[in-house]
Amino acid sequence: MIIDHPLLGPRDSAEFTYMGDARLIDRPDPDGADAAAAFFDYAYLRDNPAGWHRELWFHEAGDRSWLVVTRNTLTHEISKVELAREVARAKGRSK
Amino acid sequence: MKQKNRIDGGQIDRDTKLRFTFDGHVYHGHAGDTLASALLANGVRLMGRSFKYHRPRGPLTAGSEEPNALVQLRSRARQEPNTRATTAELFDGLTATSQNRLGSLSFDLLAINDRVSNFLTAGFYYKTFMWPKAFWEKVYEPIIRRAAGLGSLSLQDDPDVYDKGFLHCDLLIIGAGPAGLMAALTAARSGADVILADEDFRMGGRLNSETFAIGDEAGADWAAQTVAELAAMPNVRLMARTTVIGAFDHGTYGAVERVSDHIATPLDGKPRQILWRIYAQKTVLAAGAIERPIAFNNNDRPGIMTASALRSYANRFGVAVGRRTAIFTNNDDGHRTAADLHAKGLKVTVIDPRPDAPRSMGYEVLAGAQVTDTMGRLGLTFVQVRFSDGTDRTIECNALGVSGGWNPNVHMTCHQQGRPAWNDALAAFVPDALPVGMTVAGAAKGDLSTAGALLGGATAARTALGLKGRIPKMPQAEDAPVSVTPFWYVEGASRAWLDQQNDVTVKDVKLSHQEGFKSVEHLKRYTTLGMATDQGKTANMGGLAIMAELAGKTIPEVGTTMFRPPYTPVAIGALGGRHRGQDFHPKRLTPTHAWAEEQGAVFVEVGNWMRAQWFPRAGETTWRESVDREVLATRGSVGVCDVTTLGKVDVQGADAAAFLNMIYCNGFAKLPVGKVRYGLMLREDGIAMDDGTAARMADDHFVVTTTTANALPVYRHMEFVRQCLVPDMDVQLISTTEAWAQYAVAGPNARRVLEKIVDQDISNDAFPFMACGDITVCGGLRARLFRISFSGELAYEIAVPTAYGDALIRRIMDAGAEFDITPYGTEALGVMRMEKGHAAGNELNGTTTAANLGMGRMVSTMKDSIGAVLSRREGMNQSDDLRAVGVKPIDLADKVPAGAHLMAADGPVAAAHDQGYVTSACYSPNLGHHIALAFLKDGSNRIGEIMRLVSPLTGVDVDVEICSAHFIDPEGERLRA
Repeated sequence: MIIDHPLLGPRDSAEFTYMGDARLIDRPDPDGADAAAAFFDYAYLRDNPAGWHRELWFHEAGDRSWLVVTRNTLTHEISKVELAREVARAKGRSK
Repeated sequence: MKQKNRIDGGQIDRDTKLRFTFDGHVYHGHAGDTLASALLANGVRLMGRSFKYHRPRGPLTAGSEEPNALVQLRSRARQEPNTRATTAELFDGLTATSQNRLGSLSFDLLAINDRVSNFLTAGFYYKTFMWPKAFWEKVYEPIIRRAAGLGSLSLQDDPDVYDKGFLHCDLLIIGAGPAGLMAALTAARSGADVILADEDFRMGGRLNSETFAIGDEAGADWAAQTVAELAAMPNVRLMARTTVIGAFDHGTYGAVERVSDHIATPLDGKPRQILWRIYAQKTVLAAGAIERPIAFNNNDRPGIMTASALRSYANRFGVAVGRRTAIFTNNDDGHRTAADLHAKGLKVTVIDPRPDAPRSMGYEVLAGAQVTDTMGRLGLTFVQVRFSDGTDRTIECNALGVSGGWNPNVHMTCHQQGRPAWNDALAAFVPDALPVGMTVAGAAKGDLSTAGALLGGATAARTALGLKGRIPKMPQAEDAPVSVTPFWYVEGASRAWLDQQNDVTVKDVKLSHQEGFKSVEHLKRYTTLGMATDQGKTANMGGLAIMAELAGKTIPEVGTTMFRPPYTPVAIGALGGRHRGQDFHPKRLTPTHAWAEEQGAVFVEVGNWMRAQWFPRAGETTWRESVDREVLATRGSVGVCDVTTLGKVDVQGADAAAFLNMIYCNGFAKLPVGKVRYGLMLREDGIAMDDGTAARMADDHFVVTTTTANALPVYRHMEFVRQCLVPDMDVQLISTTEAWAQYAVAGPNARRVLEKIVDQDISNDAFPFMACGDITVCGGLRARLFRISFSGELAYEIAVPTAYGDALIRRIMDAGAEFDITPYGTEALGVMRMEKGHAAGNELNGTTTAANLGMGRMVSTMKDSIGAVLSRREGMNQSDDLRAVGVKPIDLADKVPAGAHLMAADGPVAAAHDQGYVTSACYSPNLGHHIALAFLKDGSNRIGEIMRLVSPLTGVDVDVEICSAHFIDPEGERLRA
């Protein structure tokens, strides 16, 4: 597969390490009312969609960016590649 | 020997005579021959024995789809089994031997299998060899393995080199027939970067095997001129002898280039083959079509082949397979072979089941007739023909060309889950859904005429590249319509071969259906139809047609099996490239490697690292002697060990301390500058991930260490936290593992050694336990010093830029000489950490919590950190949770091996009563007996308990005492000395 890195352009997927569902960005509030249940969901429960999936890839043999790649698990088509940091900011994870 | 079947014409170089041997006999051929064409020219039709019945076989085709003519090429270490004689390019000195025979090729003892074939039908091994069960391994399997199968391996190291390479292009064209050549010409003239790959050593595809013209020149000449024009263009890369083996994601293609297979041995420094990874913006598939046979009784005798193969041998190679030829065809293309052979002066008879078969003035056409059987033990001598009125006739001939129509070569269109579509006019599958970026042209698309291929190639290239304007006029070429009446097998055929490679007959397919294996995928597994080196390229359609008929369905309803890469077999060597033996993975050397080699160190692989395991001295006969000496010397005076391999991460920024608070379960915000703290990292599920130290070099600067094994995952995790969870913290990370050479200097004399090297005051007051700082050594070289101890002794870790690592170890050895400083390896390191009760990878094994490790109270409740919330789960905080303890034997001579389990002294020994397990064990030279670290239920409250340590698998059953894990200096006085 070719991943179109937002900073570096198209790169072979062999340069990357995969970590799965980009939901891992949505780390729950540890002080929330139902923190234990929320963390249980966060740590263990994942969707396994046949189709579009937002997932985390680490450019380990490159610039060490974490990316959010929107990939179709059936066709391997990639529709969007974002810097995970930008995604995290957009989700309000700035301190 | 005279090449008795060589005739005029063809694209061989008759001035270059090549000598070769087959089964020890010497023959001659010409440059431009394949092994098969050269053998046929010499009158050799018999080239192998079949897989199961050991029937005599010759080539069925003249290409890579060949199921029969598999030989062992070359000899000794270069011996390669299952090589297709139809594609093996002839060279001077080539040696080949036939395979799968017992005795000689013409008298194969295992041909008895053919006589007992009634017992060897589809699925026979599932039925026959089931009883008695014990016979399978000892009796049946060795016999079957000997009888079945193909060539054999040399069992020697491959002496050749293989390479891998990467290519990029605007347009990849697969196949250099008329469609591929015209696509390449069109694309290249537009200025695009073009790669044209073809598996053959001569580009031109079918044009080399046909007699018709393009424009006013011969097709083969047009091909040669077009190739020459392309070769002169700087934006074109011509890759002959290159098989594109697979279409992968996003326009990535695999291709094997046979760089040196056409010469006896690779030229000096050249690889035998190169596995290319081609990144193509667009692709034109112009892979042509494969002619399919018709099944009739005994249709597998040497001399029987596809009609197009007969044509190739005659037109391209100047070989008449037989002087008297019969053609059995259900379509007009078969008549082409008859016309070409007739024009070469050969006697030809055409047998065509169509009542309206085209007639000829030159040769005999038997319309409405079928071939019902053949004769000839080691090669064809007669065919038996039945006319529509039921009368029979026997025709003497030594070559029979069979044509059942053409199958477009859709293989590569299906590598991305695409399934082909049925085309009634061709009675064949054609491409349907395509991989992204691919267009198909020519016969591969179902355009079987030359004119269609030329126009299709030009159009495909223009479409792929988005070229505008009028399409140029194509040269005049053959444009015959396709006329085919589906005809798969002759009525009454039983021992009629569909898959010659796997010896699958019409009868086997019928049996499979009768026994309930009705899906096409089941048919394949049960009968092995379409398996092995040719993957049924000539066989599958016949099997599908019979399945469809039996099931009362149409062929498209039955469907096809999946096409998967590789298109043709690939040598394992090519897939491995240069990653073999010592080069299988990269080797990382520590800064002291050269020095340690000088000391005669024994090395151990730790991930990619080579680390000194111990340093044997003269007179030491076992590793234990060396390790015991290293431990005692270190604890008695001073030792030095290279710890460079531990991961180092430089953490800088205003929020560096806050960031460490997040990744470690214990607190770092209040750690003063100039101090080191032990840190434990948890995974988000609350399990311990890694441990190490963080040294605060400045307010906004920490140096974090990780274990050797987890250096990479921990760094990855830290970047995940930084970028994905706390994206706006002011903190930067970089791995500096390789930037610093770092050595542990441990033992009561450690300070005295380092005082001679470090420029600053490192007395206990100035540089106490857990101090750290930037220092200089040897009169000004920048360095770092950490007073940390894995061994439990007074110890330091000293780091210098890696370039000075070799110099530093030599300086330390010089400075320590007066204290008998002893280098120690990873074994002594391990013994000392176990004696001290420090956890390592065996304890942080992916199942243990901070509480299990006895560090439960380290998990701060005052702050958020990764894993903190889930570490407080009820299930991880039971009163009888595992706790880290020490184990020592009651009888001090006993071993207490790792992996053994702890059981109550008087209770039953059973998994249900398991109390815990030993993680690390060693002999402690300081205590004089074996010791172990273990996890034990409620272990902290069971110190002093006598238990049984058992391992039923390895026969261990010893009485042990549970004790503190800190075997040496439990008060930690040595650390602080």
